[in-house]
Amino acid sequence: MHGASVSLRELGKSYGPVPAVERLAIDIRPGEFLSLLGPSGSGKTTLLMMVAGFERPDTGAIWIGDRNITQVAPNRRDIGMVFQRYALFPHMTVAENVAFPLRMRGFPKTRISQSVAEALSLVQLEGLEKRLPAQLSGGQQQRVAVARALVFEPAVLLMDEPLGALDKKLREQMQIEIKRLQQSLGITVIYVTHDQEEALTMSDRIAVLRDGYLEQVGSPADLYDAPATAFVADFIGKMNFLDGICRKLGADCLEVDLGRSGTIILPQQPVASAPPLQQGQRVRLAVRPERMKLDRHDDRKISGVIEAVIFAGASHTFLIRLAGGEIIHVQTQATHGGSLPQEGDRIGFVIPDDAVHVFPQAEC
Amino acid sequence: MWTALQRRFRDGSSSPREYGTAMSLGLVAPLLLLLLIAFVYPVGRLLWNSIFAPDATLVHYGRIIEEPLYLLVLWRTLEIAFVVTVLAFLLGYPVAYAMARMSGRRAMLVAACVLVPLWTSALVRSYAWIVILQRNGIVNDLLEEAGLIETPLRLLYTKGAVILAMTHVLLPFMILPIYSILRNIPDELAKAARNLGASAPQAFLRITLPLSLPGAAAGTLMTFILALGFYITPALVGGPRTLMMSTLMAQQTTELLDWPFAGALSAVLLASTLLLVVLYRRALSFNKGFKIG
Ligand SMILES: Nc1ncnc2c1ncn2[C@@H]1O[C@H](COP(=O)(O)OP(=O)(O)OP(=O)(O)O)[C@@H](O)[C@H]1O
Ligand SMILES: [Mg+2]
Repeated sequence: MHGASVSLRELGKSYGPVPAVERLAIDIRPGEFLSLLGPSGSGKTTLLMMVAGFERPDTGAIWIGDRNITQVAPNRRDIGMVFQRYALFPHMTVAENVAFPLRMRGFPKTRISQSVAEALSLVQLEGLEKRLPAQLSGGQQQRVAVARALVFEPAVLLMDEPLGALDKKLREQMQIEIKRLQQSLGITVIYVTHDQEEALTMSDRIAVLRDGYLEQVGSPADLYDAPATAFVADFIGKMNFLDGICRKLGADCLEVDLGRSGTIILPQQPVASAPPLQQGQRVRLAVRPERMKLDRHDDRKISGVIEAVIFAGASHTFLIRLAGGEIIHVQTQATHGGSLPQEGDRIGFVIPDDAVHVFPQAEC
Repeated sequence: MWTALQRRFRDGSSSPREYGTAMSLGLVAPLLLLLLIAFVYPVGRLLWNSIFAPDATLVHYGRIIEEPLYLLVLWRTLEIAFVVTVLAFLLGYPVAYAMARMSGRRAMLVAACVLVPLWTSALVRSYAWIVILQRNGIVNDLLEEAGLIETPLRLLYTKGAVILAMTHVLLPFMILPIYSILRNIPDELAKAARNLGASAPQAFLRITLPLSLPGAAAGTLMTFILALGFYITPALVGGPRTLMMSTLMAQQTTELLDWPFAGALSAVLLASTLLLVVLYRRALSFNKGFKIG
């Protein structure tokens, strides 16, 4: 089994006047695990349905390998799919469900039973062949759905929130199993989720969607460390935001006025913002909680009062209210011994220059 | 009972199982009583009379067997009910399927087309068929104008007319159970089948159709049973030449006042109905124990 490349070229689809997917282009490498991540209604399912052939794109094309499948019927695409609620056939046993795609392809009986046995052992479901889907647990149904989608050896597997219905522990276990399967089979996977943690742990690359637009596509580390937009910064991981106005704008420095909370001076203009910043422009600064450091010496440019301290095992999170009213989260490693800053303390903090992301704000 | 109620209030828990037998009986008693008085008693009386009026005798049943006419009517009734059921299924299934796929305004329109006839009295609908099929009715007029026939065809008071009108009248009873089953089959299932390599007809035949069989069984059974005992439409559209069991019984009770014989006829119809229902359920053992969802 070998993964194929998937190329989405300027795909567009709208329901009535509202676009569900808008001029979307992604090239997925053979054997890559790509997650589609985005809030509800961002067009993830619509995109998947177009790849599977259940929705016809208004514009653009879909290529698998060197084959344009934009007009191909769903049953001739040879793409595996795991539906959100599994869509197992309730009147067929586990074995019959898994055999279904092979029977549709007219394989001989002996070959079918052999492939079914292989697929079921792949997902560790030996011995349950005779059960009906209603007699299986949620996790077992999920495995049957995966086995059924893989048994005909498709080059591409689509998964629409396949773990959404499972509890946290089982979900984490299945994440590992699915990832292992994908790697050992070398199959290309397009995986829909709105759980960013799931996307971060499983994916080679993540495509973040918002209102049908592609915000950014990149590796988990890319998205985490170098978000292209404030939306991505907010969506992936925890992020502090500070709104301000560009004051001084030199070749080698940028001063951002945060109003009553103070000013931040950055030694160089961040590269992330595509259109160069203008003086007087509203910007949004973003800093990860774990990149900030507390500083007891209260002589920093920015300081605040600790509102709460949250202990979470390996780390402490301090909620600090700035003079302008914004609440900032600062996360530090838990240390043993020594006195921690307390609620009500006035405290300053240090922000490493390279930890600040600057995003131009939409006109308001 | 009062203390039981009090206890229930205190515990704050009450499930249907907690109500005692006495209370449950009390709740169903009014309906039970009504059924006893208005249904079981008269039917029982009728059947009783067919054997014990005046003394224990099987002479009425003997008449049914001896007289070819009566067996012919019974056979015709079964035949018409069967044909009507098959026709209603063939016509009704696609309608139910379309209804289940549609949404919004179009679905409401089709649902109205199915339901409005149901709310219209069968009498009105049967008269409508008379208007359409009679000698100088719409069909004959059209055929004559088109020059296809010289003299009006005899359409009314034929077996065909009875089958046509009864199919129409009973169609909603076929459509609704099938629709309600189809509606509950997630359309993801057909999509999954397509994704796994099934063509559209294959996905229908292997997934949607088998899953809708319980609805089809309910619809066909209901239509068949209703058709066996149907009175108004056969009486109006069939006339004396297309007697069915119900019209025959009506004749016996209202015109000939031969109640014991009518009782014997209804006993025979009842027995045939029960027999067929049992055989039908045997033949289609759907309850494989699967759930949809
Ligand atoms: N059949 C449809 N008819 C009309 N609008 C639709 C249809 N399907 C989706 N939409 C709209 O298209 C947009 C994208 O929907 P989509 O189902 O792709 O979102 P999603 O990202 O999968 O969301 P979720 O995380 O909730 O599953 C939404 O605004 C939705 O209302
Ligand atoms: Mg979705």
